Amino acid sequence: MDKKDKIAIILTGAALGFAGVFLMLNGNPANMGFCIACFLRDIAGALKLHSASAVQYARPEIIGLILGAFTISLATREFRARGGSSPLTRFFLGFMVMIGALIFLGCPLRMVLRMAAGDLNAWIGLVGFVLGTYIGALFLRKGFSLGRTHKLNAFEGAILPALQIPLFVMLAIASPLLAFSESGPGSMHASIWLALGLSFAIGILAQRSRICQSGGIRDLFIIRDPHLLWGNVAIFGVALLYNLLTNNIQVGFYHQPIAHSQWIWNIAGMVVVGLGSVLLGGCPMRQLVLTGMGNVDSAITVLGFLAGAAFSHNFNLASAADIYQEGTNLVTGGGTTANGRIAILTALLVMLAIGFVYTKRQIKPTVKQ
Amino acid sequence: MKTIDARGLSCPEPVLLVKRAVLEDEFPFTVLIDDETPRQNIIRYASNNGHEIQLTEQHGEYEIVFTK
Repeated sequence: MDKKDKIAIILTGAALGFAGVFLMLNGNPANMGFCIACFLRDIAGALKLHSASAVQYARPEIIGLILGAFTISLATREFRARGGSSPLTRFFLGFMVMIGALIFLGCPLRMVLRMAAGDLNAWIGLVGFVLGTYIGALFLRKGFSLGRTHKLNAFEGAILPALQIPLFVMLAIASPLLAFSESGPGSMHASIWLALGLSFAIGILAQRSRICQSGGIRDLFIIRDPHLLWGNVAIFGVALLYNLLTNNIQVGFYHQPIAHSQWIWNIAGMVVVGLGSVLLGGCPMRQLVLTGMGNVDSAITVLGFLAGAAFSHNFNLASAADIYQEGTNLVTGGGTTANGRIAILTALLVMLAIGFVYTKRQIKPTVKQ
Repeated sequence: MKTIDARGLSCPEPVLLVKRAVLEDEFPFTVLIDDETPRQNIIRYASNNGHEIQLTEQHGEYEIVFTK
């Protein structure tokens, strides 16, 4: 069984690495073939929760991922509506994880895809992600817990997965109810059926393998188990190979697509993403998969991601890609904003406070003699 | 025999509770879980660390006994 599990996790990572480059070559933005945070931010824009005109598009990759996990969990009878484990805290953790991702310009998935394309800023981001995960692991070791989930009516667990269908229909008919970017990253996309099909398949694989990008690093720290890490390794390996074959590698800190080179803030952004993901029990991608499996706490976390994305753009927290003086490496604009820098430090302090609060109030397991 | 109720806890709390019981040498003990993910995690933990376990399933809930 262990071997089968290992094959499943490597296959899922490989599929993600492949999709990350393939969807980029078929129209998605540079080094953003697949990104959970960026695409949720685009969906928030498509729903007019924010008005940043360059990042508004109802990304079918998110829809497909949730629906793939939903379908397979129904088929394998693993769909179980459950929730009630500190839902509002989870909402705000999701909110802050999204702020962190938009400071860095990517979730853990895009971080690995950027690393595989030679973007050294993403390698700097990895330092932050590992550090954040380590801090989260320390809280877990001390007994951090957001509490137990409870069984809920199946309807409750099916709400967010079911809502993906009208969202996809509105996308497919180019409904004027949705906003569609006419320029910028939001205007760049692969065909909707291609993106939906591929992400649906990945949703199935991700549900079966339980891939989790923060879990891969967290489990090394707490139980010395590299199992989930194989998923990250496979994403990186396949994306690197595909990038090499298609001549899409550009090693350096400067002139990287949709990235900035402020290393300290790249670290800070990913510390928040790593720490928040561990406190939530899984990375942004895992939250989407759990949502498909009926986990209402994860569904609320996803709503937190959407709200965080909307706030990030409405309150000018999100970073922008570096702007250069022509023909030089001199950065003349872009990067983080003052609001963003204040927000990320605040988010870090709030997350640490949540860590301490829920460690003190840890649940004692029922122990009978 | 001690019973650890890890039902409804987020990943990776169930396996951490098991690890704590192992480190405190509380054998034999029983773990209750109600999800596939902790089931796999705990079985893998037991296998990686050479523990003997017995698994039984009832109505989608699992009982794992760590004997040593």
